[in-house]
Amino acid sequence: MKAKYWIGLLVVVGAIGYMIWGGLGQSLVYFITPSEYFQDQAKYQGKRIRLGGIVKEGSIQFDPKTLELRFVLTDGVAEVPVFHKGTPPALFKERQGVVVEGRFSGETFHGDNLLIKHSETYQPPKEGYTPEEVRKLIKEAK
Amino acid sequence: MRTERPGLDALSSALLGLGYLLLLIGFYFAIKAPPDVQQGYLVRILYLHVAAAWTGYLAFIVAGVYALLYLLRGRPAFDRLSAASAEIGLWLSFLMVIGGMMWARPTWGVYWVWEPRLTSVAVMIAIYVGYFLVRQAIEDPEMRAKAAAAVAILGVVNIPITYMSVYWWRSIHQTATIDVINRKTHMPPEMLIPLLVNLFAFTVLYLAFLRIKGRLAAFEAAREESDG
Repeated sequence: MKAKYWIGLLVVVGAIGYMIWGGLGQSLVYFITPSEYFQDQAKYQGKRIRLGGIVKEGSIQFDPKTLELRFVLTDGVAEVPVFHKGTPPALFKERQGVVVEGRFSGETFHGDNLLIKHSETYQPPKEGYTPEEVRKLIKEAK
Repeated sequence: MRTERPGLDALSSALLGLGYLLLLIGFYFAIKAPPDVQQGYLVRILYLHVAAAWTGYLAFIVAGVYALLYLLRGRPAFDRLSAASAEIGLWLSFLMVIGGMMWARPTWGVYWVWEPRLTSVAVMIAIYVGYFLVRQAIEDPEMRAKAAAAVAILGVVNIPITYMSVYWWRSIHQTATIDVINRKTHMPPEMLIPLLVNLFAFTVLYLAFLRIKGRLAAFEAAREESDG
């Protein structure tokens, strides 16, 4: 009688199963840190991984003409040079938490997806905040 | 048996009026709130996103409690309220996801990633979509109510998993700003107050919708009974 609902239900149950066993299994360790990579290098060799850490101070090199971005990703212990092609997200800056998706090519990590990890802390700018000042601030943050 | 006419009763009207008034005040507070030093005005999505997320969790928990009450007492009103709460929770979850995606694109760089928080939210939403499919699929009212109650009670398991996902696993989603686990608030008062006002507005509106939907479902059931 109500076959279409049972089909719908089956689709939903299948999707949940897939997300839990397929998707969640992989995303539980959403990213690894550079130290973890070096500890178990053989395991990640040639595989597509997500590396997470902090953008090292003074390491950002961006060429606006070729859109080639280079920076060093650090977790305080180990460091990895990262190469990424494309304009970095607006909040990309030194000491920012980032997650890079990609794979190693020799010593350099070639990222094809660069994500910013925003912290849970929110803070208005220190001084008075007219829209103009804020716009300037945001521009400088880039 | 209720004898009133269909329509808004005094309490529903009062809750609805208060909810909309609070929402306006919350909106005013939100647009007066200072920008964030990193995100600028983008931070304002938070007032909607967090309020929708919290009341969504609340709605699913209430749906589970009414489901349990239905199984214990067998009163059809509990089943109707459970379904009403789950539906409101589902819409609030959609609102949370839409707001979150609008925030994530300029902040993280993507609309969606399969990381622990977002994946657990997707599972949670799928389970409550399944809840309504179960309700549609079963025709016998008592069977339907029992099966739906089972899903609603099991569904509550999702809420602690979803809430704790950012603490248990490494995720790109930040941990809670009003951190009830570590009892800290990572936010100055000029942002916290607008958030709390919006949270209160959403909660009052949720209560208003729950009452209105519950009453509507009762009238429908009474009418079906008198027709059949």
